[in-house]
Amino acid sequence: MASPKPPRFDTLALHAGQQPDPLYGSRATPIYQTTSFVFRDTDHAASIFNGERAGHVYSRITNPTLAVLEERIAALEGGVGAIATASGQAALHLAIGTLMGAGGHIVASRALYGGSHNLLAYTLPRFGIQTSFVDPRDPAAFAAAIRPETRLVYGEVLGNPGLDVLNIPVVAGVAHEAGLPLLVDATFTTPYLCRPLDHGADLVYHSATKFLSGHGVVIGGLLVDGGRFDWEASRRFPELTEPYEGFHDLDFVEEFGPAAFLMRARKEGLRDFGACMSPTTAFHILQGMETLSLRMQRHVENTRRIITFLDKHEAVESISYPELPEHPDHALALELLPRGCGAVFSFNIQGGRPAGRRFIESLQVFSHLANVGDAKSLVIHPASTTHHRMDAAALAAAGIGEGTIRLSVGLEDPEDLIDDLSRALKTSQRG
Amino acid sequence: MELQVGDQRIYAYTGNRPFREDQPVLVFLHGASMDHSVWLLQSRYFAHHGYSVLAVDLPGHGRSGGEALDSIPALADWTATFLETAGVTQAALVGHSMGSLVALETAARHPTRGRALALLGTAVPMPVGPPLLAAAERDDHAAVEMITLWGLGDRAPLGGNRVPGLWMMGGVERLLERAAPGVLYRDLKACNDYQHGLESAARVQCPVQLILGSEDRMTPVKTARQLQEQLTGARTVVLDDCGHMMMVERPDQTLDALIAAGL
Repeated sequence: MASPKPPRFDTLALHAGQQPDPLYGSRATPIYQTTSFVFRDTDHAASIFNGERAGHVYSRITNPTLAVLEERIAALEGGVGAIATASGQAALHLAIGTLMGAGGHIVASRALYGGSHNLLAYTLPRFGIQTSFVDPRDPAAFAAAIRPETRLVYGEVLGNPGLDVLNIPVVAGVAHEAGLPLLVDATFTTPYLCRPLDHGADLVYHSATKFLSGHGVVIGGLLVDGGRFDWEASRRFPELTEPYEGFHDLDFVEEFGPAAFLMRARKEGLRDFGACMSPTTAFHILQGMETLSLRMQRHVENTRRIITFLDKHEAVESISYPELPEHPDHALALELLPRGCGAVFSFNIQGGRPAGRRFIESLQVFSHLANVGDAKSLVIHPASTTHHRMDAAALAAAGIGEGTIRLSVGLEDPEDLIDDLSRALKTSQRG
Repeated sequence: MELQVGDQRIYAYTGNRPFREDQPVLVFLHGASMDHSVWLLQSRYFAHHGYSVLAVDLPGHGRSGGEALDSIPALADWTATFLETAGVTQAALVGHSMGSLVALETAARHPTRGRALALLGTAVPMPVGPPLLAAAERDDHAAVEMITLWGLGDRAPLGGNRVPGLWMMGGVERLLERAAPGVLYRDLKACNDYQHGLESAARVQCPVQLILGSEDRMTPVKTARQLQEQLTGARTVVLDDCGHMMMVERPDQTLDALIAAGL
């Protein structure tokens, strides 16, 4: 028997989840911009509603365009499936809302995207869900913060904005020892640079708004289930292991095995919370994902050129990028991120906040806005924008100073980017 | 539901409906190293359309206790005992891959138990390639990867799952990874060692439906012909663009073929 070979990453990025449209042969994924789908007859309708036949009912729950995107990210991450959501924040909320209710507790890295920090620190406590924030570089701190009511361990592959590298294998080990899943935000790295499930994570999510779509035109999220976590053995997740009255007493682990989490998230979370993605948004993200490898290679190449430039510049106090030998996670980055550490990083400028302001306002090619992962280069001052709700102590703990500047390096000619930075750095020091 | 069969706790999925003895019974038998969940859609359908369903986890598989049995005849005798324990005098036996051999042998050895047979992804004999058998014996993950790739049809590795959002390759791999060490090898060896299947087929008296995949690399359509010739009056359906894992790759067509079989 000749040994078939599995499709490789770049092929999956272009094809996974989509067969040419059987009706018209459309090679591109069609945009099924419809709310609902016609049933053949009443028995067909009942069979789909009751999980006896596969199919689509209503686009809040499933849609053929979204299904292609969901399969594609699941294939690239090595999961059993995925759910597309209205935003990365919606994906995070869907994961949490599926795993716990009031009384639940999360152990999270303290180096999180500001929006995620807001959700965990301020909003979820109103719904009875508490979070303990810990140093992402200290696995023992994760272990020490776990309580009987903990339901999730959570971090980012690359912390925001200091690029702390999460030791996924070790933190996953800590979580699993306690019968808990590890959820990882892989937005900054994409599966091209790191596949967290391969390192022991159980759930992965992305703000697909960023590098996956890559062009800054849509908002979307993707939540991937690795399918390896043993919910039954954990005994902490009755939502997945006991009959659910809200869906004909379904026991999700009994019915769906490795896909239990994902099916509960869809059948309850999308149905009831309703934070679904639009089919047109899914189409845009699919277009971006087709060139993910090429773009990420160029993002990383450009970033390395800029790091080299900034590293020698007298107006730059420090740079936080794990590929630099002085970064505390340099060795771990080489292990987990051999293809590169992404295109988002921060540096501290001489002269603090005033110099930072002059620098940002002098840039011509870099755009000053609150986003990352665009094909265009971006810049922001975290202390006054993305992380402005954090107090001084929390900012310091997250590695953010008054003069910290965050760059998201795009795909422009790197010489033009360096010229732009050089000009702005010069202006910043004229105060 | 759970049953005590001998000294083992055995689990059978009933399609999210209570098991009733006053309805025709369908017994679903899974393939090597798998469990009841491969029959999810089909078993739910029949359970909600006038049948009582037992999608059993064979000993040592899924939620059932005990150790995996090491031969098809032993599994067939166990199936007859399982039916007796469940209070089922006669059932239609629906088997996939290794499960199809178990269904066939059960009908041959215990002719009063089988009302009808549906054999999916089947062939007799069912030889297992030495590289796969050797990898399974080592509990090498390569065995899981081989079955996943060989088990799916030509286009399936690029996806197109009928169940929205699920990635077939990942789902099949994770299910196989869940089996206890040694189970996959024991199952594959049982298939490989089953040499008298054609003689057993000649003894089967109940109606038989074969459901095959046009791109099945593990039990190709042409190797099922010998079996078909031994089964008097057997009907055959070949599903287009479909490999060995038809319940996952073509769930609706598989279900339609089972409905048409009049089980």
